[in-house]
Amino acid sequence: MNAPSEFLNYGPDAILMVGLNGRNWRLADYVARGGYGALKKIIAEKIPPEQVVAEVKKSALRGRGGAGFPTGLKWSFMPKNYVGDKYIICNSDEGEPGTFKDRDILRYNPHMLFEGMAIGAYAMGATRGYNYVHGEIWAEYLRCEEAIEEAYAAGFLGANILGSDFSFHLYNHHGFGAYICGEETALLESIEGKRGMPRFKPPFPASYGVYGKPTTINNTETFAAVPWIMRNGGEAFLELGKPNNGGTKLFSVSGDVERPGNYEVNLGTPFTTLLEMAGGMRGGRKLKACIPGGSSAPVLPGDLMMATDLDYDSIAKAGSMLGSGAVICMDETRCMVRSLRRLSYFYYEESCGQCTPCREGTGWMWRMVDRIERGQGRNEDLDTLTSVAGNIAGRTICALGDAAAFPVISFIRHFRDEFQYHIDHKRCLVPAYV
Amino acid sequence: MSDARPTLNIEIDGKPIEVAPGSTVIEAAHALGIYVPHFCYHKKLSIAANCRMCLVQVEKAPKPLPACATPVTEGMKVWTASELAVTAQKGVMEFLLINHPLDCPICDQGGECQLQDLAVGYGASSSRYVEAKRVVFHKDLGPLISAEEMPRCIHCTRCIRVGQEIAGIMELGMIGRSEHSQIVSFVGRTVDSELSGNMIDVCPVGALTSKPFRYAARTWELARRKSVSPHDSLGSNLVVQVKGDRVLRVLPLDNEAVNECWISDKDRFSYEALNSGERLTAPMIKQGGEWKTVDWQAALEFVAQGLTDIVARHGPGAFGALVSAHATLEELALAGRLVRGVGSDNIDFRLRQADFRGNGHATGIPWLGLPIAQVGALDRALVVGSFLRKDHPLLAQRLRQAVKKGTQVSMLHSVDDDWLLAVAHKRIVAPSRMPAALAGIVVAALRATGKPVPEVLDGIDPDMTEKAIAESLASGRSKAVLLGNYAVQHPDAAQIHALAQMLAEATGATLGFLTEAANTVGAHLAGALPQSGGMNAQAMLDDPRRAYLLLHAEAEFDFARTLAARTALENADLVVVMSPFAHGMPYADVLLPVSPFTETAGAFVNCEGRLQDFRGVVAPLGETRPGWKVLRVLGTMLRLPGFDADTAAEVRATIAADTAAIAARLGNGTRVAVEAPTPAVAGVERVADVPIYFADPLVRRSAPLQLTADARPPVARMHRSLFDTLGLAKGGQVRVKQGRGEAVLSAVVDAAVPPGVVRIAAAHTSTCGLDGLSGAVELERA
Repeated sequence: MNAPSEFLNYGPDAILMVGLNGRNWRLADYVARGGYGALKKIIAEKIPPEQVVAEVKKSALRGRGGAGFPTGLKWSFMPKNYVGDKYIICNSDEGEPGTFKDRDILRYNPHMLFEGMAIGAYAMGATRGYNYVHGEIWAEYLRCEEAIEEAYAAGFLGANILGSDFSFHLYNHHGFGAYICGEETALLESIEGKRGMPRFKPPFPASYGVYGKPTTINNTETFAAVPWIMRNGGEAFLELGKPNNGGTKLFSVSGDVERPGNYEVNLGTPFTTLLEMAGGMRGGRKLKACIPGGSSAPVLPGDLMMATDLDYDSIAKAGSMLGSGAVICMDETRCMVRSLRRLSYFYYEESCGQCTPCREGTGWMWRMVDRIERGQGRNEDLDTLTSVAGNIAGRTICALGDAAAFPVISFIRHFRDEFQYHIDHKRCLVPAYV
Repeated sequence: MSDARPTLNIEIDGKPIEVAPGSTVIEAAHALGIYVPHFCYHKKLSIAANCRMCLVQVEKAPKPLPACATPVTEGMKVWTASELAVTAQKGVMEFLLINHPLDCPICDQGGECQLQDLAVGYGASSSRYVEAKRVVFHKDLGPLISAEEMPRCIHCTRCIRVGQEIAGIMELGMIGRSEHSQIVSFVGRTVDSELSGNMIDVCPVGALTSKPFRYAARTWELARRKSVSPHDSLGSNLVVQVKGDRVLRVLPLDNEAVNECWISDKDRFSYEALNSGERLTAPMIKQGGEWKTVDWQAALEFVAQGLTDIVARHGPGAFGALVSAHATLEELALAGRLVRGVGSDNIDFRLRQADFRGNGHATGIPWLGLPIAQVGALDRALVVGSFLRKDHPLLAQRLRQAVKKGTQVSMLHSVDDDWLLAVAHKRIVAPSRMPAALAGIVVAALRATGKPVPEVLDGIDPDMTEKAIAESLASGRSKAVLLGNYAVQHPDAAQIHALAQMLAEATGATLGFLTEAANTVGAHLAGALPQSGGMNAQAMLDDPRRAYLLLHAEAEFDFARTLAARTALENADLVVVMSPFAHGMPYADVLLPVSPFTETAGAFVNCEGRLQDFRGVVAPLGETRPGWKVLRVLGTMLRLPGFDADTAAEVRATIAADTAAIAARLGNGTRVAVEAPTPAVAGVERVADVPIYFADPLVRRSAPLQLTADARPPVARMHRSLFDTLGLAKGGQVRVKQGRGEAVLSAVVDAAVPPGVVRIAAAHTSTCGLDGLSGAVELERA
């Protein structure tokens, strides 16, 4: 976890990931950047919890994990007069292919997350919290453990925070790398020590969450944005973005670009600006295709993407999803069949196996795409693939079924010729990738 | 609806229905008689919603929703067979079939397979799937469940849920993700639950099938006949499946009031004994020490003559009958009539009972005290002296479900058995301390309500647990004190009964007996016990008779004091054994082959006093004859009155017209006065359970049941302290001396056994040399 440079540059828009150099993650550094100021203010001024929720609502902060659900609204679902413990959980189980933004928060700015969670707990009346860290980023988990000890020692977490009667016990918890545990109800099962399998909803976590208690689950970046909002006001956050799409967003740019990495930009920024920040396409090649929101989001053709702005509504209008903000750029040397085969294999391996369409369908789709890639495609395969994907989408317990189906449907929709060429000529349309 | 709960109005396929809030769409549809295709849904199990077969269209929902998991809401409109719904259902069916082997022609489930049935309606005639199919390795789940063809599994998890929720133990689970997920037992273990066979029933495909039944027949070749289980006191309703004159399979018959849709493994697999080589197929007589097969006429004349001679020479009191409560009502009634016809009153079915001091003081026939269905609705229960899980698997299951809804079950017993349910309070004491512990609960209950404590209990000082149990019983509305088989077989059974009665009265609880066998209540009704000063089972052995009739009972296994039984029978002049099996050769003089429950008409009266009659499902094997007919002929030969009934129903009509008439004779009161509990026995005491697969002649001879974990030979289980005192080492053997008998057994440390107690199972060849189910034993390192 050595920092790549003296200063980590997330771009000029950065408000959350600013002033970081990879070494200044400790409590003292965070406090020096004004950290825990929001929590102190809330506690000192005894700001009513409803007011905190209202501020978050005003900010138009939307869930950064992928679904983009309005955070303030989610917070308001927690039962107010519940007798007993309520839980909040940070979903740091960042397993979506192409996504690596939460890891930076966990390793370079963990206290921002803890402060956000403490404020969330205050707002929702939660007494216990878990930060569920992905099993394959062990060093980050250990850093969170170190950081959380500092926070407890300084009285920002634990019983009677900053001398008030507000108590919030936060624990880091790590998974073992199963993608499905990033699904919030599978995550709950995993915390409970069970096999990570999504629950059928309803009941929703707000009424029946971890250990059957009311629970709110938010993404790492979502919680991390909360201290800034409380310090600067929801209005200020909203103004950074555009209506219904408040604030900045971390984008994980990967693929055939000159400088892959995380960039924090205001929502609504044109995609071309982000691409420029990442140094443009590698070797000056053309953007052939882009998956704008992590591997589960439908792929978009390059020219369509170049004309799109980066916010939830614009990308949805273009036919995809902002998702987790993982922007996977592919240039014209990329074989779409080969790319889809990789994605399909991922979903085939990561399906939890609980419900029929996903368990059976993901393997079927992968085998068909694999066959096409190996030059054994059949003419009817493309229609069958689309139909099988359609039979999975919307019929499963959780969204993994959709996530497995969308790439298949969109790759064939936008690049059908390339698939057909594979079937007809038993080889690739594009020259071998070098 | 009788109660004033609000209802919701919904519409399914255009039909309106009022349903209770909290119902699911599938329940509402079923109430309307609309079938929604499904696999993972089961009315008695939790909702999994994983098969997705029951996807239906719901108004305003953009996607099809699973009917099993979707709660109804006011005004909801559902279409179960709309284009959207059927397309989704067909899509799911295609997915279920792509990796299914489609080996129906060689699959035991063929013809009774939910997947096969639904594939007819929702499957395509040819598959679009051209890839390789998944292969899943077979599993060894033990002698009862075959898991040889696991690629057939559709991952509905019903078997897992039956284990977790019904049997109370998760012996199967799912490992692996994606299509690599598979059902397995816990690393290399078998499925050992006494309710495991229900996993076979709930499996909607041919993944889990019956191992004993494997490849024996196709389902459509089998005749299905109703019957009643002859084992425990529940009287599970059965469908006995027959091909030709052979019973090939036994399945549950749904009866919500009795066994719901479950049966225990002994109900299910005991039929294997019916076809065993140990069946007696013709009457036999011992002449000059040689066994000779004879015809019925000769055999019965021999018996009649022998009985007549002995009665003439030694008086009628020289004849006694030792009968089993697994016999039918009719057999027991006619056996009683025979004994009394010759002028004796020596008949008893209470073969494992040790304390007869309560004799003649009971106010009625001991029974459960409440309907079986109400066991699940109790708020509080105290179970006294019961190996509940193994003695009454399905009553335990009912309590298990009740506990999940808040029932508090407490336990007073001599070993800390795991009943696989959350027991609220456990008081585990040595057998001789049992009356004192129960007295402790009584005193605590009396004190708590300010009632006077009888003088004889003055010295009793309740401990924390006893107080807690009393407190638990003091709360709640519907409650019961239930006495198990062990309590009835206890050497202080009469005092335990009297104390339990006092406790029930003090707490307003119902007093009940779980009762031992399928026809324990029936045996009382039939008069299979002394009625006018005759000798009870123990007296007939302590003061041996000249002639004995043994009906479905085996001297080696079915008695409290097997050693005394052997001796008495060996020294008698005439021993007539009536049994479906060839046994008792060393002491018997005549063996009469009588029908097991499948080969005769008859009836059992279960623990709740329910009279359940049944007919023979197959013809008697060889020269076997129904027991009631054999007794009828014998009675006629002896020119006794009351043996002229032509049918089993006529015999039945003379003793118990119907369940209502029976109810009038039931009662659990005792007039035995409570005494000061006797001091503890010095030295080591024996606790004997009657293991589930040794408990009656049928299960003993069922080969698959004898291969299970529950049928392992008995060992001497003891607390670590006793083990160490005896200087035993791991794997060591211990010599057990009881009375004039002894046995050498492996010694095992068992934390569930209290100090100073050794647990040695009864009803097994290795322990039948011990003299008594309880009392002091001497142990030494062997």
